Amino acid sequence: MAPPLISVHDLHKTYGSGPGAFEALKGLDLDIAQGESLAIVGKSGSGKSTLMHLLALLDRPTSGSITLDGTDTSRLSAKQLNRTRNGAFGFVFQQFFLNAQASVLDNVTLPLKIAGVPRRERTARGLAALAQLELDDKAGNRANDLSGGQKQRVVIARALINRPRVIFADEPTGNLDTATGAVVEDILFDLNERQGINLVVVTHDEELASRCDRSLYIRDGRIARAEVAA
Amino acid sequence: MRAADVVTSAFRNAFRSRLRTSLTVLAIFIGAFTLSLTNGLGTGINRYIDDTVASVGVDDVMTVTKADEDAPADGGPAEYDPNRIAADGPPGTTTTALTDDDIETIADVDGVQAVEPVKEVSTDYVQHGDGDRYQLSVSQFVPGMKVELAAGAQVDLDAADPQVVLPESYLEPLALGSAADAVGQTVVLAVTDGTGTQVTTEAEVVGIAEPGVISMAGAVPNDALAQTLHDLQAEGVPAAQAARYAQASVTFDAAAGEEATEALRDRLADAGYTASTLQDQLGTITSVIDAIVLVLNGFAVIALVAAGIGIVNTLFMAVQERTREVGLMKAMGLSSARVFALFSIEAVVIGLVGSALGVLAAIGVGQLVGGVAGDLLANLPGLTLIAFDPVTVAAVVLGVMAIAFLAGTLPALRAARQDPISSLRYE
Ligand SMILES: Nc1ncnc2c1ncn2[C@@H]1O[C@H](COP(=O)(O)OP(=O)(O)OP(=O)(O)O)[C@@H](O)[C@H]1O
Ligand SMILES: [Mg+2]
Repeated sequence: MAPPLISVHDLHKTYGSGPGAFEALKGLDLDIAQGESLAIVGKSGSGKSTLMHLLALLDRPTSGSITLDGTDTSRLSAKQLNRTRNGAFGFVFQQFFLNAQASVLDNVTLPLKIAGVPRRERTARGLAALAQLELDDKAGNRANDLSGGQKQRVVIARALINRPRVIFADEPTGNLDTATGAVVEDILFDLNERQGINLVVVTHDEELASRCDRSLYIRDGRIARAEVAA
Repeated sequence: MRAADVVTSAFRNAFRSRLRTSLTVLAIFIGAFTLSLTNGLGTGINRYIDDTVASVGVDDVMTVTKADEDAPADGGPAEYDPNRIAADGPPGTTTTALTDDDIETIADVDGVQAVEPVKEVSTDYVQHGDGDRYQLSVSQFVPGMKVELAAGAQVDLDAADPQVVLPESYLEPLALGSAADAVGQTVVLAVTDGTGTQVTTEAEVVGIAEPGVISMAGAVPNDALAQTLHDLQAEGVPAAQAARYAQASVTFDAAAGEEATEALRDRLADAGYTASTLQDQLGTITSVIDAIVLVLNGFAVIALVAAGIGIVNTLFMAVQERTREVGLMKAMGLSSARVFALFSIEAVVIGLVGSALGVLAAIGVGQLVGGVAGDLLANLPGLTLIAFDPVTVAAVVLGVMAIAFLAGTLPALRAARQDPISSLRYE
């Protein structure tokens, strides 16, 4: 069996300190295999987003270790962390976080701009990513002028433009109606199957969770149970 | 992110909230405009004075007068001295005139290469051929001084024949024709001697001076002419009175530097004489103008500081507005340093636009005012009231950009320190 892409050991996260401290994660162990799709499910406030932020290297754990591709991430410098997030991860959030005034193309190519890719290449890759999501005719529009479903597709285009290894999605369909949500889900699972991109999806939605290879149920900062899809 | 992308992004971001940015730019504009205009005024006037000094072209000559020893240094009234009445010479003789003894004393001062008493002549009239006679003053601030010429050449100091450079305004009255025609012609100068008789002498016109501060003083003679006129005038004057000069010209080594000049001035002061170079004399005007400009600039700088606070405010609002955007970009791997650069360059852009517009407007207004002032100050030709020195203009723009950068650091630091997660959680 191939070594896991991400390996988590005894993960703790405490917010604040002193009497007001709140322990959001209370010791988690987890391996994510290459190409796996993982759902993180749980009640509100159970620590799903906290776990995802730690896995995505957006935050440092209070204790415990996260190993990415065999590297202990606590040893990475700020610069290396930035480079890893920029090159290996894609993000999809419940809110779209699009720059409303900028064009769809500019929004999609933002990760490439941050990576320092020249403009010409950015445009070519941006148009290709938009074409993949059937949005190439909207490239010049202002992001604000799109529908909710179109916006979430722009966000997905932005998440996959740097050919990431993992897409982290926090409630990707939370803001969408059922039909549009289903389309977005299809796109994400299609990426997972065809391009082998790992998915880490935080959701309340049991049905979305059941489409993932594995579902992790979190309760009060601990893994309550894990379900592997049949 | 590439540096070029940072700059273009900052440029675009600066104008995302157009009205807010425009108002901040307007505040900067006003400050930069005022600063450029006051600087321009100083530059224009000082440049005119410098040009005047430079056109004289004599920097190794000092004008020496006798210091009034009784005058207190602080400018208060002089104490009565009963012995002073016994001062020699006829009544009306001032104790501050230089005598031949003084000239010798000055010549002995270390560092004085040559000393020449300035011979005061007061001519009665100048005449060309049988034409009308006109009053003319003959003056020489310093020997060897040059004036801006419309035609001909400067006087030859060593020439044996009397020569004169006439102001342009004498061409028509004396019927000398054009400036070029006048060169080479001979004019008659008249003086009254000690016995009250009017005597005349001839001089060749070698050059015609353009109007200017220096040539407004009158005709410039060469030494031969000055000597001739002085001798004619001294005819029949008692010897004690003849050898009295208001001032003397001292030649010194200008190449030895400021300090040597200063030392020479001190030695002359110890010997009881006051010395000043032409630069000193016109320099007083320059320093008064500098002081006025400095005060005006102070006001402009206050306006700019206020505008800088406007930048701080504008950027804090921008950082607040873009909290999520900054959080997202940081999540996507943008370094804090780049975030800082994005916002501080945005501030610099606002400063650049405001100051560039301000400077351009000031140059435009300067041109307009220059046209009007040119008509009002027609007898100071060559004076550009508001002049723009590229270095000063660049300094204003760069200075404003520096202020803007400083103003931007606070908001930019806040943006750079933002934690991506709390930014993303931000509602
Ligand atoms: N910065 C913080 N400071 C203090 N407490 C925090 C902070 N961030 C999160 N928490 C707390 O940690 C707990 C877990 O939060 P988290 O956002 O991970 O929940 P979640 O499972 O994603 O919930 P939801 O489904 O509502 O998004 C919550 O009780 C929350 O109040
Ligand atoms: Mg959450």
